[in-house]
Amino acid sequence: MDFLLSITPWPVLSALLWIVLAVTTLFFARSSAHKAIRASAATMHQSLRFASKAISRAETRLRERNRAVLLAAGRESKERIVEREFDRVNETVRKDLANYSALHRSLSESINRIEEDHQQAVDVPPDPPGWVKAVEAVATIDSREGRVRVGAVLSDIHKSLVKAHQEAMVMYREASTKRHALLRKMRPEWRQIQQTLRNVGKNVDSLLSRSVTIDRHMQEYEDIVSGEDRAVSVLSSSSLVYFFVSMLVLCVAIGGATINFSLIARPMAEMVGGTSMIGGFRTSEIAALVIIMVEISMGLFLMESLRITRLFPVIGALPDKVRIRMVWITFTILFLLATVEAGLAYMREVLLHDELATSALLRGDVSQTLTGQYLWITTAAQMGMGFILPFALTFVAIPLETFVHSLRTVLGLFAIGALRFISLALRVLGNSFRYLGLLAEHLYDLPLFIPIWLEQRSSSDTGGSSLREVTP
Amino acid sequence: MRFLTTLASCAVLIGCTSSSIPTNTGVYMLLDTSGTYREELQKAQQIIRYTLSRLDARDSFAVARIDTASFSEKDIVAKTTFDDRPSTVNRQKRLFAEDIGVFVEEVKSSPYTDITGGLLQAVEYLNEKNTGIKTILIFSDLKEDLKEGYVRDINFDLDGFSVIALNVTKLRSDNVDPREYLTRLDDWRSKVEKFGGQWQVINDLDGLEGLL
Repeated sequence: MDFLLSITPWPVLSALLWIVLAVTTLFFARSSAHKAIRASAATMHQSLRFASKAISRAETRLRERNRAVLLAAGRESKERIVEREFDRVNETVRKDLANYSALHRSLSESINRIEEDHQQAVDVPPDPPGWVKAVEAVATIDSREGRVRVGAVLSDIHKSLVKAHQEAMVMYREASTKRHALLRKMRPEWRQIQQTLRNVGKNVDSLLSRSVTIDRHMQEYEDIVSGEDRAVSVLSSSSLVYFFVSMLVLCVAIGGATINFSLIARPMAEMVGGTSMIGGFRTSEIAALVIIMVEISMGLFLMESLRITRLFPVIGALPDKVRIRMVWITFTILFLLATVEAGLAYMREVLLHDELATSALLRGDVSQTLTGQYLWITTAAQMGMGFILPFALTFVAIPLETFVHSLRTVLGLFAIGALRFISLALRVLGNSFRYLGLLAEHLYDLPLFIPIWLEQRSSSDTGGSSLREVTP
Repeated sequence: MRFLTTLASCAVLIGCTSSSIPTNTGVYMLLDTSGTYREELQKAQQIIRYTLSRLDARDSFAVARIDTASFSEKDIVAKTTFDDRPSTVNRQKRLFAEDIGVFVEEVKSSPYTDITGGLLQAVEYLNEKNTGIKTILIFSDLKEDLKEGYVRDINFDLDGFSVIALNVTKLRSDNVDPREYLTRLDDWRSKVEKFGGQWQVINDLDGLEGLL
């Protein structure tokens, strides 16, 4: 620095000389420097823009792929739902309407019986009384004839009339009783018909409601097949919900597996030894882990065999006979493993008591070695957990399937978000370089304001003189 | 967390090999039975119980008495190498504690104190067991008193051994001249460190947490 200021005896003059020299140099290099700055900024701007576009294209491709995956998953899911609805309809039809001919025959028979009874129960009008004609005859007797036997005849007629009336009433009552009996016999038939028709109505209503559900699912299925945005949006949000819910359930399952692990890891040491190690981990712990993994695998196979999940299409495609056999095999293995676990849980409790007794003895505290009378509760609880947890872990297959299926979509969504962010960041960075280039040009010109001003002045003077020359 | 760690480790288990370096612990305890120190053996029993509670499967533990000629297997009161199964380990510990209890009840005073011989025997025993950690506990006042004719001026290798002196009581003469006590301790430390071992003294038996 001192050297620079010592080119003349006066440092200030030296500094001024250096400044003039630098400004002059920068001024003459101004054009080239501007080009260089502009080129550099443009290069960075273009490169980043190009990268941003490339990432945008990748994002578009990924979005399309994600959309296709989503639609395919949605289509498959809807197909399953519609298939199950049809199965239910089929079951209803098979169970309730397959015996329609028998039902029809039963109804016809009931109706025929009712008709017959009805025919028999028709109200027969009573016969016209026989004494009517007699009355008419008496009525035609001329009173002036003065026949004395008329009173006796009328008395006989009255007797006959009363007798005939009584007989007619008895017959009428008998007929009415018979009719009522027939009508009473018809009552259960009516009830049976009513009940049958009610059942038929219920089945038909069920079928109608199922048909409405199927219509709705079919509409959604058509939306999915036609790839409508609304369907994609619904599927996407559903997928996110399924992902988080299944993840939560899986976390709970991991907790259960951890409890299971702690139940059997300790007693496993009795079987495989407490100190042998594999890869820095106790063999007993690895053995316990393997048992839990085998249980989960058996649970998966059981769920697959029952066609509750569809993670392994090979199992689902097996013939029903083989599949049912597989259900029983996996269930048996699971049951045996659960029994083993219950035994190990019991062993754990025994070991724990043994260890506590030994520790108490070594501490010299003999009273502590006595076992409590309620300790069987914890033993039973541990055994119960050891037995139940393997079966509970079986149901992990359901959230696992949902998790695996929704994971693709969710990962795709996150990747799309990440790519979009990177693309935006690159675009912003590219534009920043462009404006930084402009800023650098202006900053370059800042110390050169005097020569630039002089240059502009001289150019305006030159422009003014030429203008004056042209004007005349 | 342990479950998850084990789960994660399964991924890297393929190709893994078990380490050939032993990691088990070997403890050899020498009990001074000479003179009035015999009365201190109740404390030794407490230490032995504590040591038993700290040891686990595959560990080795032996208790030997220090008498006139301690360089002998006959002086070993109880010894065991714990089994791999936890239930057997508990049983072994109980039996060991019972043996020691009987010994403490029936032991008789020894006229001489051959600490170096016992130390040699301990080194031999622990080397034979080839344990990863080798600890020798000396429950004594460290006052060696050899019978005439016994040669104990021997070099031995204590590399990798921890020698811990427990309950080093002060003798009557130490009270008269404490330099004797300090010199005794210093001599033993020098001797152990000279042969490559680590030396430690624990007189406060309530602070056994650091032991093992």
